[in-house]
Amino acid sequence: MPIRKKPVDVVLVGMGLTATMIGKELAEAGLTVVGLERGVWRDTVPDFQSPAMHDELRYAVRQHLHQNPELETYTFRNNTNQTALPIRTLGSFLPGTDVGGAAVHWNGQTWRFLPSDFVTRSHYESKYGRNFIPADLTVQDWGVTYDELEPFYDRFEYLAGIGGQAGNLRGEIKPGGNPFEGPRSREYPNPPTKLAYAGALFANAALELGYRPFQVPSANMTATYTNPEGMTLQPCMVCGFCERFGCEHFAKSSPQVMLLPKLMEKENFELRTQAHVIKVLLDPDKKRATGVLYIDLDSRAEIEQPADLVILCSFGINNVKLLLNSGIGRPYDPRTGEGTIGKNYSYQTMASVSVFYPESVNINPFMGAGALGTAIDDYNGDNFDHSGLGFLGGAYVAAYTTGARPIEYHPVPPGTPRWGVDWKKAVRRHYNHTVGLTIHGSSMSARGNYLDLDPTYVDAYGQPLLRMTFDFPDSDVKMANYVAARTTEIARLMGGELVSPGDRSTPYSIVPYQTTHNTGGAIMGSDPTTSAVNRYLQSWDVPNVFVQGASAYPQNPGYNPTGTVGALAYWSAKAIREQYLKNPGPLVR
Amino acid sequence: MTEIARRELLQGASALGLAFALGSHASAQTQAAGQGSVYLFFTETEAQFIEAAVERLIPSEPEWPGARAVGVPYYIDLQLAGPYGRGDRLYLRGPFAVGLPGQGYQLALTPAQLYRTSLAAIAREFGPSTPFASLTDADKDRFLRRLEAGELTIDGFSSAIFFETLLANTIEGYFADPAYGGNRDMASWRMIGFPGAFAAYAAVYTRHGLKFDRAPMAMAEVAHHDDHHAAPATAGAAR
Ligand SMILES: Cc1cc2nc3c(=O)[nH]c(=O)nc-3n(C[C@H](O)[C@H](O)[C@H](O)COP(=O)(O)OP(=O)(O)OC[C@H]3O[C@@H](n4cnc5c(N)ncnc54)[C@H](O)[C@@H]3O)c2cc1C
Repeated sequence: MPIRKKPVDVVLVGMGLTATMIGKELAEAGLTVVGLERGVWRDTVPDFQSPAMHDELRYAVRQHLHQNPELETYTFRNNTNQTALPIRTLGSFLPGTDVGGAAVHWNGQTWRFLPSDFVTRSHYESKYGRNFIPADLTVQDWGVTYDELEPFYDRFEYLAGIGGQAGNLRGEIKPGGNPFEGPRSREYPNPPTKLAYAGALFANAALELGYRPFQVPSANMTATYTNPEGMTLQPCMVCGFCERFGCEHFAKSSPQVMLLPKLMEKENFELRTQAHVIKVLLDPDKKRATGVLYIDLDSRAEIEQPADLVILCSFGINNVKLLLNSGIGRPYDPRTGEGTIGKNYSYQTMASVSVFYPESVNINPFMGAGALGTAIDDYNGDNFDHSGLGFLGGAYVAAYTTGARPIEYHPVPPGTPRWGVDWKKAVRRHYNHTVGLTIHGSSMSARGNYLDLDPTYVDAYGQPLLRMTFDFPDSDVKMANYVAARTTEIARLMGGELVSPGDRSTPYSIVPYQTTHNTGGAIMGSDPTTSAVNRYLQSWDVPNVFVQGASAYPQNPGYNPTGTVGALAYWSAKAIREQYLKNPGPLVR
Repeated sequence: MTEIARRELLQGASALGLAFALGSHASAQTQAAGQGSVYLFFTETEAQFIEAAVERLIPSEPEWPGARAVGVPYYIDLQLAGPYGRGDRLYLRGPFAVGLPGQGYQLALTPAQLYRTSLAAIAREFGPSTPFASLTDADKDRFLRRLEAGELTIDGFSSAIFFETLLANTIEGYFADPAYGGNRDMASWRMIGFPGAFAAYAAVYTRHGLKFDRAPMAMAEVAHHDDHHAAPATAGAAR
């Protein structure tokens, strides 16, 4: 029998980005809140301090801030004809663990989605005709619009102190910003980053071709900033140890730096670390959650935490595992297309182009910051005419200078041997003289891409692993290669000696790192037969369960996800505070 | 470190030194290059193969030492003797099956077991009289290419799996902070112009094309330069 704890109003599963935001909102509303985090406590001091933090081997290669696959991983296959095998060592994506979650070691590239991204199906059908969307794609509208989310994007950006320049201020197109973005109600809270050399080379070439470059919105502080919560963040030192590292300088918007201390102050909030939640507990009729069951990793005791409201904040795909292991909702079946839990798992379709320069051109790629980059958005979403192209969506193209830690970063031209003296000479020759362009593409949901429980493999706590069935649909491959071809045209004007296009090919492999932008599986929508949660991220099936994070995305637009994760968290928290608490029950009928 | 000692290292004259640097902050600077290293994991025969192989993967050139000279064999040895070797952060539950390339590593072996098994198979391949290390460079490369292409079967698995692990570990040791026993004197960082662990470029990143030739600094040295990472007293303190 599990130990039974005193009931609380709210239990948060996972204590990363979304949990910190929701926790603060609900604790402020006077509710008793318990946060359960499988990992340990982490803070800027002492955990993220230099010199130990500037250790590429420990943090970037051995992944010490990331989910430990020995305890919990996923199985993977490209399609249902294959047998899924465990991802024994993480590669393609790296979910976070410990307090702060992945928002401790993210890069901080903080985008909004386009207004049309929220209505993917109706937008393409009305603009290009009902037959335009390929039959294998299961893209849907979100059930929430850009205009509805705008105030919440704004609030998240002011919380996180994003540095950028508005491209569309209340409908007016502003020079220097992204002219394609949806209208914003006010400027960014902080100035944009300045151009690094790679960005400048890219911007000049892009301008020559008539594109409109701008600086990527950055959660690496561009000025000292005190946010509306009263937390002060410090300017980024541009150290080049950002993605996969904690920030020693209080300069990257992690929960610890922008909000968590304010939540920890609350008497009605309690954090329990090393508390690994294994399921949401339900009433016999499965209509109501009674709390959660977790394992205390210190004592190995099973503990029941009763709660009136359960909020899953364990990172998108982990939320899906919890829903499935708890028996919430109906699992998706790719043969019939019915069921909703696990449906529309999507990813991010990445490609790249490299420009190799003469030895006289010092790029200094190590002078980096996670979101230091210059981008164009001309080929994202439906910012360009898709007639006759045969694909949906698009990508932004950016010259990022995020750092150049040499175990993982040592670019060489194609055709270079993989080892030996010629490889070594090429590494020496090109390390400081190469610019990589990132093609950051959308990932459209497809009928055969989904998440369910693995029939064979279990985690360290005996729970079935989440099984991922995924490959890039044709539409995404065409999209990535189309944008790569446009990018190559820009790259040829960047003054290098050699341009090397990196096309997108299939099958998808879990070995090389791509992004930790895993989306879908508990998607939002306006119809309970085709979505897992309603527009407020509330489970259709068990209304006292809310599911935060990118699991809600019906498909993944061509941007990094966290701006929208943050906006949705505030949007959902407001609905809980102002509607649900007054009248607990379904917010949409 | 004196100039003379550094030059010796750069010339690859010494393969001795810093295998015990882990966890000791100042070791990269204070341990003299003449001190001996010892293998904790590899047997003598295994070490002979590893030393010879990593030197072909990243060979020495007159100006720039290769993997062996900067201590990569000791780096790999320490890794295999420690948590990484024991399968730390590796999911090792069965059943095991041969996967597709896109499914990644699927052996039931920890890295230490993978090396032990593979090195034994390789030793059998050569026999005791003419070990790998005694081959000419061209023959060594030919054999490594066979491993890379998976032409050998080791205990039922492709030699490519071992080769890729060895290559990845060699590159790690070559470029990792010297605290881990490889990259002695930060030779690889000097070679490519990576300034290392001490890093704060806010004031210079906008000076495009700047020739930034400050000597690199390892974590052990940065430990003595704690001015730049002092935490601001007001920022973000928890509780
Ligand atoms: C290397 C990297 C770089 C990134 N860069 C960017 C970027 O530049 N821009 C961008 O937009 N996004 C980026 N992201 C994504 C971003 O970090 C996430 O979108 C964001 O953190 C998601 O917030 P979350 O609350 O959903 O999950 P998280 O912040 O990850 O929090 C989830 C928490 O739940 C805990 N947890 C999980 N399972 C359990 C369980 N069963 N019981 C108890 N606790 C549990 C985890 O330990 C973790 O602390 C990046 C991610 C990574 C890994």
